[in-house]
Amino acid sequence: MDTAKLKAILESLVFVSEFPVRAERLAEATDSERGLVLRLLRELVAEYQQSGRGLLLVEVAEGFQFRTPLEHMEWVRRLSHSRPFRFSRAALETLAIIAYRQPITRVEVEYLRGVDSGGVIKTLLDKHLVRILGKKDIPGRPLIYGTSREFLELFGLRDLAALPTLKEFSELPLEPLTDTVASAEGSAEVIEEDNEE
Amino acid sequence: MSYEIKIENFEGPLDLLLHLIRKNEMDICDIAISAITEQYLATIDAMKNLNLDLAGEFLLMAATLVHIKSRMLLPQAEDEGDEADEADPRAELVRRLLEYQKYKEGAKDLDALPLLGREVFGRKFPSPELAPGAETEFHEVGLYELVEALRELLKARPEEMFHEVTAERLSVAARIQEILGLLSGRESLAFAELLPQPVGRDDIVVTFLAMLELVKLRMVRLLQTTRFGSIRLYPAVTEVESEAWELAEESLGYS
Repeated sequence: MDTAKLKAILESLVFVSEFPVRAERLAEATDSERGLVLRLLRELVAEYQQSGRGLLLVEVAEGFQFRTPLEHMEWVRRLSHSRPFRFSRAALETLAIIAYRQPITRVEVEYLRGVDSGGVIKTLLDKHLVRILGKKDIPGRPLIYGTSREFLELFGLRDLAALPTLKEFSELPLEPLTDTVASAEGSAEVIEEDNEE
Repeated sequence: MSYEIKIENFEGPLDLLLHLIRKNEMDICDIAISAITEQYLATIDAMKNLNLDLAGEFLLMAATLVHIKSRMLLPQAEDEGDEADEADPRAELVRRLLEYQKYKEGAKDLDALPLLGREVFGRKFPSPELAPGAETEFHEVGLYELVEALRELLKARPEEMFHEVTAERLSVAARIQEILGLLSGRESLAFAELLPQPVGRDDIVVTFLAMLELVKLRMVRLLQTTRFGSIRLYPAVTEVESEAWELAEESLGYS
């Protein structure tokens, strides 16, 4: 099989995959070498990027997936009548702490946030954004948490190394105070709603 | 009991403290503890007036602030060269505040990313349930999903309030036969179809047990097409000889 044909086949396989599909799986499915598959996929990524078409091939969650370009957001929303969902601040903070500090226990999350986080963690578990990695080998054997592949997929990250770099602070950044207060208000807090039982 | 601290949208005591420090334009490494403590206490007093319950964390922080304040008022004991005592009592708090600030910003950065189903869209988003024809892949049904399904059923059939004295004998074995009957000649059966007519909770429980028995006996398989989709029963064997399934209630262990 010549590489042009293999490339076209790979394009089909990514298209029909529901979740980001790994190069390993595609190599297996096409009886090809992983290195070659990965190279062809990345060529495709570049081709879609340059084509200016309505689809992009992106490398995400350790795999490949077709997505719409950011610029088409409003049009897709108009067609699907979807209202953009919002995370509550509690959910985002907890998710950020787990993402950057994993593996981490609930007590460690709560120390960093300064508030009880059991409910938020449970909601994140229910949404499959966070998963239980195991139990920590200290008294009480607390559960340790980390992020899932769904987390990478949702946030469009190739892997954990692709997380935005955390800024270190030695003083507080100057910003309008009203901004932080206003932004969290009145939004559809998807995560929060589920929390109330 | 519930605690809701949505006033002013503070995520917790650290968030409130950061807000106060910034509002007063203080240097975070040189917090005027006395002023901050006063404002902090005033804020949680206001919160108390609006909310009945105040999360314990806010009170704990109040205690911490007062403690720090009292330690700063005490003269430094010069003759005791204890390392811990010489350190700035605010240091630990400052460290926590800066750490919290870091993740608060990190959370904002995450939220700024183009999210699948919000800014960018994949083929199946945002409504995979709208594509009923796409039965491509089956997931094994986990225990969690089964329990959820049972809960849904029980929720739909609230417990009847009248008292019934007559003892009705419900047979798991009989229910197994009924399920097999329903399933015969069909490719699959929706979990909800097992109990089409309104029945009592005990019927639901017996049906659920019967289904679990069938799974244990490897006569049906439980599959769903999508995560959190409807659970369907599939016969694990095609030919069933009726004699082979003369199930005795006792053998199931429910009698």
